[in-house]
Amino acid sequence: MNEGLVFAIIIGISIASAPLIFAAIGELVVERSGVLNLGVEGMMIVGALAGFVVEFHTESSLLAVLAALLAGMAIASIFAFLTQILLTNHVATGLALTLFGLGIAAFVGRSYTEENIELISEIHIPLISDLPIIGPLLFGYNPLVYLAFIMVFLVWWFLFKTKQGLILRAIGDNHDAAHAIGHNVIRYRVLAILFGGAMAGIGGAFLSLVQVPIWGEDMTAGRGWIALALVVFSSWQPFKVILGALIFGGITVIQLHAQGFDIRISAAYMSMLPYLATIVILVSLRIRDKNKTNRTMPNCLGRIFHSTT
Amino acid sequence: MIRLIPRTEPSKAMIFLSPLLALVLTALTAFFIFTFILTDIEVSSVFFTLFVEPLIDTYYISELLVKAAPLIMIALGLSIGFRAGVWNIGAEGQYVIGGITGGAVGLYFYNVEGFWLIPLMSIAAILGGMLYAGIAAFLKTKFQVNEILVTLMLTYVAVLFLSAMLQGPMRNPSGFNFPESRLFHDSALLPIIWQGTRLNVGLIVAIMLSFLTWFGIKKHLSGLQIKISGSAPRAAKFAGFDDKQTIWFSLLISGGVAGLAGLFEAIGPAGQITPGLPQFYGFTAIIVAFLARLHPIAIIFSSLLIALTYLGGENVQIYFNLPSSITNIFQGMLLFYFLACDILIQYKIVLFKTVQQRL
Amino acid sequence: MKYQLEIQNITKSYGDLKANDDISLSIKPASIHALLGENGAGKSTLVKVIYGSLQPDSGQMQWCGEGYSPKSPFEAREQGIAMVFQHFSLFESLTVAENIILGLDDIGLETDFTEQITKFSKQYGLNINPQQVVGDLSVGARQRVEIIRCLMQNPKLLIMDEPTSVLTPQEVTDLFVTLRKLAEDGCAILYISHKLEEVRQICSHATILRGGKLVQNCNPQDHSKQEIAEMMIGKKLIQLARSNITTGQDIFSINNLSRKSDDMFGVDLHDISLTIKKGSIVGIAGVAGNGQDELMQLLIGEVEAPEETLVFKGENIGGLNSHQRRQLSMFFIPEERLGHGAVPDMGLHENMLLSRPEKSEMTHYGVINWNNVEKLTQQVIDDFKVQTQSSKMQAKSLSGGNLQKFMVGRELIQNPELLIVSQPTWGVDAGSENNIHQALIALADQGSAILIISQDLDEILTLCEQIHVLSEGSLSAAVDMKDNGLEKISHLMLGSEQQ
Repeated sequence: MNEGLVFAIIIGISIASAPLIFAAIGELVVERSGVLNLGVEGMMIVGALAGFVVEFHTESSLLAVLAALLAGMAIASIFAFLTQILLTNHVATGLALTLFGLGIAAFVGRSYTEENIELISEIHIPLISDLPIIGPLLFGYNPLVYLAFIMVFLVWWFLFKTKQGLILRAIGDNHDAAHAIGHNVIRYRVLAILFGGAMAGIGGAFLSLVQVPIWGEDMTAGRGWIALALVVFSSWQPFKVILGALIFGGITVIQLHAQGFDIRISAAYMSMLPYLATIVILVSLRIRDKNKTNRTMPNCLGRIFHSTT
Repeated sequence: MIRLIPRTEPSKAMIFLSPLLALVLTALTAFFIFTFILTDIEVSSVFFTLFVEPLIDTYYISELLVKAAPLIMIALGLSIGFRAGVWNIGAEGQYVIGGITGGAVGLYFYNVEGFWLIPLMSIAAILGGMLYAGIAAFLKTKFQVNEILVTLMLTYVAVLFLSAMLQGPMRNPSGFNFPESRLFHDSALLPIIWQGTRLNVGLIVAIMLSFLTWFGIKKHLSGLQIKISGSAPRAAKFAGFDDKQTIWFSLLISGGVAGLAGLFEAIGPAGQITPGLPQFYGFTAIIVAFLARLHPIAIIFSSLLIALTYLGGENVQIYFNLPSSITNIFQGMLLFYFLACDILIQYKIVLFKTVQQRL
Repeated sequence: MKYQLEIQNITKSYGDLKANDDISLSIKPASIHALLGENGAGKSTLVKVIYGSLQPDSGQMQWCGEGYSPKSPFEAREQGIAMVFQHFSLFESLTVAENIILGLDDIGLETDFTEQITKFSKQYGLNINPQQVVGDLSVGARQRVEIIRCLMQNPKLLIMDEPTSVLTPQEVTDLFVTLRKLAEDGCAILYISHKLEEVRQICSHATILRGGKLVQNCNPQDHSKQEIAEMMIGKKLIQLARSNITTGQDIFSINNLSRKSDDMFGVDLHDISLTIKKGSIVGIAGVAGNGQDELMQLLIGEVEAPEETLVFKGENIGGLNSHQRRQLSMFFIPEERLGHGAVPDMGLHENMLLSRPEKSEMTHYGVINWNNVEKLTQQVIDDFKVQTQSSKMQAKSLSGGNLQKFMVGRELIQNPELLIVSQPTWGVDAGSENNIHQALIALADQGSAILIISQDLDEILTLCEQIHVLSEGSLSAAVDMKDNGLEKISHLMLGSEQQ
């Protein structure tokens, strides 16, 4: 294999993984606070559309990403209001959010299905990016890819190096105790949900701004759900999200390249790989931790908090 | 600030009022959207097309019932699992697989006539759906793998499998390479129960299943077992109920009926297997089940309501050139409002002084 | 004399219920002040008002002579009020140090806390390792974490909610040393308990509540235990005693039962053996978290045990589930009422079906006959004086005592040959406790066997003629109560923690 192909594969993996990293790291914070938001797919598709529309009209990638972030937060705020204030069931509300998000994105996006935008391209720093091997390997990625990795680091730092992060983890562990010693459970959870929405929004925008230059209402194709699986895979540890995302990115890219290599398998079968891989990984994870209750899972995950006082 | 105070017992009035309240709120929101956002369209005519026309025209009424039948069946199966806290979100996939396995039997006998054909195909469809949902049950009971993710991933796989089938073994040999199957033999098609329409016996099966489920849930210990497994798993163990059995039972049942619904779609309105087989019924049925508060008889009514949004969505697409995805928005919105209004059953809303708390 | 905290005419209602009705009391600095009352007397509400988690409808408080009306626990803590909760407010997945930091408002993660924690723990004799994960700690150690968390705020008033209900006698003695030292250092302590002997030992003042009202402010040392108890309850209690202990053949035995816990925070059981005779009441004493839950699961049949480790009426029953065991006439009452012994949001009649549903033709081939179910439910309600509006009331709407009476009744109406019960009177008012104890004694007098697992040593000493102690997953042999039995039990309860 030549060098060019290797780099193409590496870049391809980074591009396939980044949206999963965004969505998963956001959901990781949400779940650490004890909330299960199954609406990731819906938040992603809304982000993808918002990013696409703003890019199309303003041709400003920065504004487009910002719009995706805000759109993700906006739709996540519905979930936050329902689950935290009106105490609705997390699972049902999350599913409704996904259905609603898919519907609203398809509806608003109907007039953009014929349009094209210019993709956000890889950064290119003169001289440095041109260095042999190191150049493309370290300095040749899309700026949003770097952002994805930075977000993982920031989340880790927040969760494990700040008092607020400690409080957030404590709330996910035992919301009644956190409430008893005076921490505002609902406020933390609402903020976590909004953060999750923002990250899912950017993850979605990555699809429409970096991966393909067109808008399609089915462009998330289950990535929100795969992101949810990644959070389980990570055992709620931020850096393991990267590992998981790279594995999925790798499978996606290999599957695409394999289709290019004229392997005599129907494209439909090859396209099943990422979904099947998700299941295989979830299973292998459980085989590894067999006969142990999962200690890293936040104790209060998906449980409704209502203080009587 | 608004405070929620738990009621000493659930409000009976609210059990009936909250869905109505949700409907009113959805209609109000729709009104708001059409009045202030989609200003180029006249509100009253959209409302007429969406909600009234499907109820006064016999063709539309029959179509309403045609669409309600699969929703009833799938939602019934799901409601059993949801009671048990088993979240089968991939009914769409089981529906597709049921269509494929049941359809495969029908296509194998494509030139054979027989009264035994539909029962045989139905068994194949039910088994197909059960087997597919059984994967999730196996992984959950054996490895505690989350069934939400497994059933969902398998839905994507099922849809891809359908397209592989239609490009390969199931493609009509004389179909000009279109990814469609042969037409089923007439004796493999569901009998029409309302002449001149597409309404078939599927609806009768669906309604019979509703009553059967109602009986099981109200009058049989297994219904109680399922409910307790969902709401208080430790109490279920205390009673000696086997939690694995509950998981298997709810996934197999919901997979089986979803599979049967998939076949009924193929040998009902469609008449053949096409890439258009999956119509989102599997997902919409989740909404149906919740709107009915998982009650088997109420599911009949919520299916009709949701079928109405389907039809209305198709109509506004035709008459006003609005995308049919407006259906999904209404459905999602309805579910949001419904979940929100349900709080009034267990809690009452009281105005309170603000309690200050620091972050 | 200046008071640390004065409470004047506090009233707080929930709907129609007056949880606190015109309550006044004053706490001196450096004193240990008891707050006494039954469950539901209004102790928790009053404490929440003091701690700022609740705001009173009317009344005032003075802190060091100045007006005090906290809006949140933060404000209370700023003033120097700290609280050790009855149900610990600890985070199992976090370390001791992290747990302590979470309770301190102005401390970030930057400061290294380990040293300070160690210093405090030495000063007050509270042995703790700051780096340990709380989930791995014993109940006593968890309480020490709570206390250290409070002490690090340099409180002027420390509130302790039922601190000794989960401790071994030795741990209680240690705690009292700590509390006395704290009081000497000038800290006032509000001590909530229903254990009157302890209160008379350590407290110089007592405030007694009943039904939300103040009954008396007094010095507990001036009154006998009996007098205080009757002030709390408002009536006289029936003396309990077994009329005739006639034990028969062995009916149930546990033989060398060992099991590793599935839960990482769980307790492994080691080689447990025990034999119960017909007509006898056997007690398993021990502090919570020493394997009681794990043992109870195996006894009920929620977790499978090796076939021959459990023998009932000569039959190996280890592999049977709870339903199958009930058919052999073994019945169970678990500790946790809501969510374990009863489904919180189901009616009592539906909860009736949890235990051997085919009894009295409640079901026939699985088909439920709701008429028969309601008849039997009503019978339990009548026979066991369960106070409820109807047989269809949700389990969670009943008070702890009433739900417990229902659960006891549900099992007893089946005439069990063996009843296994965990914490029969946990969180139950004294009246119901009395009723339940009478019912258990009556059952044994009929010739049935009873196994009681309880942390309440008084309860075990009152009811049981054969006592074992569970400690760190091991069960002692039956304790010979003849000479210094109590001392032996106390010694066994400590397990390996003793030096």
